[in-house]
Amino acid sequence: MQKQAIFQSKLLPYALVAPQLAIVLIFFYWPALQAVIQSFLLQDAFGLSTTFVWFDNYVELFRDPAYFEAILRTFFFSFAIAVSSLSFALLLAVMADKPLRGVMLYRTLLIWPYAVAPPVVGVLWIFMLHPSLGVLSRYLRTLGIDWNPMLDGDQAAALIILAAAWKQISYNFLFFLAGLQSIPRSVLEAAAIDGARPMRRFWTVTFPLLSPTIFFLLVVNIVYAFFDTFGIIDTMTRGGPGTSTVTLVYKVYSDGLLGGNLGSSAAQSVVLMIMVIVLTGIQFRFVERKVTY
Amino acid sequence: MVEEEGFRRYVAHVILWIGIAIVAFPVYIAIVASTQDNALIANGQMSLLPGGHFFEVYYQTIFVGTSGSTREPVGNMMLNSLVMALAIAVGKIAISIISAYAIVYFRFPFRMPIFWLIFITLMLPVEVRIYPTYKIVADLHMLDSYAGLSLPLIASATATLLFRQFFMTVPDELLEASRIDGAGPLRFFWDTLLPLSRTNMAALFVILFILGWNQYLWPLLITTRDDMQTIQVGIRKMITTTDALTEWPIVMATAVLAMLPPVFVVVVMQKLFVRGLVETEK
Repeated sequence: MQKQAIFQSKLLPYALVAPQLAIVLIFFYWPALQAVIQSFLLQDAFGLSTTFVWFDNYVELFRDPAYFEAILRTFFFSFAIAVSSLSFALLLAVMADKPLRGVMLYRTLLIWPYAVAPPVVGVLWIFMLHPSLGVLSRYLRTLGIDWNPMLDGDQAAALIILAAAWKQISYNFLFFLAGLQSIPRSVLEAAAIDGARPMRRFWTVTFPLLSPTIFFLLVVNIVYAFFDTFGIIDTMTRGGPGTSTVTLVYKVYSDGLLGGNLGSSAAQSVVLMIMVIVLTGIQFRFVERKVTY
Repeated sequence: MVEEEGFRRYVAHVILWIGIAIVAFPVYIAIVASTQDNALIANGQMSLLPGGHFFEVYYQTIFVGTSGSTREPVGNMMLNSLVMALAIAVGKIAISIISAYAIVYFRFPFRMPIFWLIFITLMLPVEVRIYPTYKIVADLHMLDSYAGLSLPLIASATATLLFRQFFMTVPDELLEASRIDGAGPLRFFWDTLLPLSRTNMAALFVILFILGWNQYLWPLLITTRDDMQTIQVGIRKMITTTDALTEWPIVMATAVLAMLPPVFVVVVMQKLFVRGLVETEK
């Protein structure tokens, strides 16, 4: 990673890295360190004194059934969002990969939702599926479904998953299309000459060759479901009804800032950090190697 | 060419149009709702066709704001979002390109430790360290300021890695040539490297602008004054009051206005957008 041709200077390189280093140290390392320290401390109810409590905050956290539920819920949301969004996006990408007229137009019309912010996604979907005034709720009711995500936790969860998956379609579509276009035509032609029908060609040739893309997108979608759903949840359900849409990030937010439980919030932050580091590690280890089977 | 019968093509077109309809429907509803009367919407009588209140709704949204919940003109919120998004995009590109330059073109003590310090920030989004970051920004008296809104979001390594990767592909002969011409490190950076990086910078700018404009959790925490709200925070506050009081046409007009700049950027600068997206993910 080193150039052969370089400049000699004693001070200039430090001056050049200084701004970024300063920002990273002040706004990244310092708060991360604070979170770790805070997670070992316990503050009394009035914030007057703090005591060092070793791993008490963590022990308490993992004994708390609400936290356990939030972990399971976050994983379930991630899984549901990733699978539904990926499969729909793959279908669209396979269609758009065909030599059709107007493919560029299709691509443009499918990628723009990437730019819609999570809170706006939340507002759009809660409006359509609002129990009393949503345009789609009317049809659900005529179908005999007692639709009220403000009261029914499962329906609220379904709504979050639907909205979050909708937003992610465009991103997945774009990467699937790029992945499909990088598959050499000659391989597909060879399979066609061997007499493989289109469906069979897809499952035996295209799909395996697409596995690096699928794996990469899976990790990206899980990270997305962990963090970017915050805006969607906060505008649609605010974690409710009850705690049925509280994810890990939402819990850090509500426990630390609304509930004032700093030690627990910090411990939660540290647990989240570890999870993200593991996910990123998996991504680097496998995606960099370009998984092909 | 692999054979593609007419029927299959027809099916592909149909599936793609269904996909486009699913993707566009929520936005269509938002646009329609932003042109209608609030009483009709609140009764659940919303029409699926545009109404006649376009101008008055958008005028009120941009210049006046809601009458109940936030009372802040959305025009002002958009200005805040714009300043924040530009500060994040420009700031990140500026600090990253010079630090990548130092790391690639110089050899100096602690070069690798510094690179790793920056590199590790890739892993942790602001969401996992919100509370401590909030405290630091508060201690620095940067709550309710543009600096507080943008600086913590600039602290990430994606752009640095991207420029580092790009600089590694720039042929060494260019540096030797400009050295023969008597150019020093700053001259070489300004006259040779920056012009070569133009496309990369533009692609990165497009992505960072969209990400900056769409920030939510961070601005939600550190803005307390209504006049410092970004549009994403403002729209959430508009629906906090009890349902009956929510002014839906204004909420939907705000949603449309919040989507407009980033969607415009994606559609108009599609090539740069796709390039930026693919490169920042590498």
